[in-house]
Amino acid sequence: MLLSVFDDLLFGLGVALTPYNLTVGIIGLVLGTAIGVLPGLGGTNGIALLLPLTFKLQPASAIILLASVYWGAIFGGAITSILFNIPGEPWSVATTFDGHPLAKQGKPGMALTAAFSSSFIGAFVSIVLFTFFAPPLAELALKFGPPENFAVLILALATFTGLGGGNPAKTIFMTLLGLLLATVGFDIVSGQPRMNFGQVALQSGVNFIVIAIGLFGLGEIFLTVEEGLRLEGIKGRIGFRDLWETWKLLPRYFATLVRATILGFWIGVLPGTGATPASFMSYGLAKQFSKHPERFGKGEVEGVVAPETAAHAAGIGALLPMITLGIPGSPTAAVMLAGFFIWGLNPGPLLFATNRDFVWGLIGSMYIANVIGVLLVLTLVPVFASINRIPFGILAPLIVIMSSIGAYATNNQVLDLWIMLGSGVAGYVFKKLDYPLAPLVVALVLGDMTEQALRQSLIMFQGNPAVFLGRPIAMIFLVAALALFALPAIQTFYRRRRARISQPAEVIG
Amino acid sequence: MASRQALRAVAVLGLALVFLLVTLPATGAPAFTPRRPVEWTIPAGTGGGADIQARFMAPLIQKYNLAPQPFIPVNRSAGAGALAFSYMIEKREDPHQILITLDNLFFTPLNQEILMPDRTRFGWRDLTPIARLLLDNFILWVHADSPWRTLADFERAVKAAPRGAIKMSGTGSRQEDEIIMVLLEQTWGVKFTYVPFPGGGQVAAALVGKQVEFTVNNPLEAVGHWEGGRVRPLAIFASKRLPDPKWRVIPTMKELGVNVEYQMLRGIFGPPNVPTEAVAYYQVLFRRLLDTPDMADFIERGGFDKAFLAGADFVRWLEQKDAVVRSLMEKAGWIK
Repeated sequence: MLLSVFDDLLFGLGVALTPYNLTVGIIGLVLGTAIGVLPGLGGTNGIALLLPLTFKLQPASAIILLASVYWGAIFGGAITSILFNIPGEPWSVATTFDGHPLAKQGKPGMALTAAFSSSFIGAFVSIVLFTFFAPPLAELALKFGPPENFAVLILALATFTGLGGGNPAKTIFMTLLGLLLATVGFDIVSGQPRMNFGQVALQSGVNFIVIAIGLFGLGEIFLTVEEGLRLEGIKGRIGFRDLWETWKLLPRYFATLVRATILGFWIGVLPGTGATPASFMSYGLAKQFSKHPERFGKGEVEGVVAPETAAHAAGIGALLPMITLGIPGSPTAAVMLAGFFIWGLNPGPLLFATNRDFVWGLIGSMYIANVIGVLLVLTLVPVFASINRIPFGILAPLIVIMSSIGAYATNNQVLDLWIMLGSGVAGYVFKKLDYPLAPLVVALVLGDMTEQALRQSLIMFQGNPAVFLGRPIAMIFLVAALALFALPAIQTFYRRRRARISQPAEVIG
Repeated sequence: MASRQALRAVAVLGLALVFLLVTLPATGAPAFTPRRPVEWTIPAGTGGGADIQARFMAPLIQKYNLAPQPFIPVNRSAGAGALAFSYMIEKREDPHQILITLDNLFFTPLNQEILMPDRTRFGWRDLTPIARLLLDNFILWVHADSPWRTLADFERAVKAAPRGAIKMSGTGSRQEDEIIMVLLEQTWGVKFTYVPFPGGGQVAAALVGKQVEFTVNNPLEAVGHWEGGRVRPLAIFASKRLPDPKWRVIPTMKELGVNVEYQMLRGIFGPPNVPTEAVAYYQVLFRRLLDTPDMADFIERGGFDKAFLAGADFVRWLEQKDAVVRSLMEKAGWIK
């Protein structure tokens, strides 16, 4: 059994390494990185745009091209997140939390290196898991229905309770605001528009990437303008020394890397979730488990490592149910799945037997494309980092233009430009008043999915909330979520007690 | 000198006239060909049936050199198609805009009020019908591990089960999947539980993962799971069996004594008031596209009915379809 896997893998590497497929893969990586850099034009849209072009390719070459675009987009998404605080992709929103502060402290090279390297580690370990355990993992993923998905999403929200840091009331306010925004749009359960104020354009909902571009990207620019054009990144030292220095740090985050990889991979495998929730969960968990949670959000390398590792692991994981079952594990995988029909393949478990070069060619190309991809982006680190040396007066308008194109591209509608601008102003005001932005974005992106999963679960069991009691997998996650919700309170309680024991007589003067 | 110049002028003019006569179509009306890329709106998300079909056909138009300009598919899925329809309304008279349909063209304007510029309520009649291309089918699928080998087994089990105990996953809410379920409920006098999902892929996944007992997935959405031995088709909701040998084994609902029939329109529409020349152009183009070998293969694999129809016949068919949808929705109690 194991030997046959090695056999297949060697065969797949052979398919991926033919000069033609290698070229296709590299073209895909370059395109994908560019797509990742452009905010809004996400990997999902990019792949949908390229799909018609794959018509003339062999299926194996076509899937290698699209998958390589995906890997490139995952690598590339981190670049603008770190440099400009503008998430290039939905899954790199969490990367802005610590990546951009690092860049502002003059360490853009370090942040980029950490992002690319950890992204690669997450990808590589996931590909190995994919190669050897794809069929049993797919079976396990099928056991996850709406109740289990709901439990996982609640756990994701729970990891973020402590994210606000300072004032709990402000965190709760921002979370609720995010949940409220998540309700705008179209309710698939009743089939009716909801909270759209009669605007058809609002039926697509408030797109969280548009909000994130505004809150983080534009908000940041407004702040910089006010603070008198100080971008500390300008003085940042640029060179390959960053690489070694960052790599020396990475072993310190071994536990986070392992956790983020496994978590990301598994969230990716589950149908209907994808890399975005995985990256947020991983960031939240890293902070919860950290000895220095207060450093998060201020330029902690671990805060870049956690979401990037998970996002790329989830990207790989999302292709697992697509290949083994013909079920999309993420929105991006859903588009690739549409490609199967275009190439004349019926997705499903038979692919392994009937289209060996397609399935194993894809798996082989995952190894090769990710190795080439990480080398490509790492060599470009000094180039990317030097972008911060461009004077703010030139850079800011460029960033605004790029953000606008990105916001428009998410839904092809002008309304999103206004939403972006509005959230830019809101982002500035919130920053000034010291309201945390992350809980809003997390609630917005997870709120919709969580609501849907909860309502599906309740519908399935005629509105009986006891549905979760009968589902052991869901119960485990819900109990873990409850523990996480309670954790901050318990921690403060213990700290106070310990403090009281060690310093019994404190004189208040 | 002057006469020679005049002669030359006459000759040039004459030649020009001949050219004009040759290039003008026989009808005398100025013909339409796209001068810029044609935007092809998909009123559903990426990865769904309409999306797959549009993205499959768009490159074929280039491959067979059927148009001088590319066709660019764009998803406008919000509001169960509402966004796509308002977009088409905005693009009134624009011959470089087309729309591929699923049946949300009929359901969504009845479920929610979409307004025209003159504040009247939007309906499919406001768009310009171009052609019917295919009819998509619905098949009742159960899990391969279930004890139900025939529709009769299933019917017996459903009638014995408590109300709402048997669950079905479907795409969206108050759209074609749910209406088919309601039809079954009314025919058998039973009650199912409907669990909505955003797309056909997830609907099928819910059945494969045994979260629900059955689906009415389109053939293309479930064919891989069928080949992989995870789901079992019990009957097709069409008037006759599919011709392809693989699909022909599936009996129709009607021959099993269950009078429930439903097919979904895969057709092409333009914005309001598109010039007739443009309509004629797209009709010819899509008719030729349907006859290509790639489309034949796609139709066979996807279990579609090839069903080209245009002009007055198409409009008549649309009126019938509309009447059916309305009466179904009334029966279901969704509209009065």
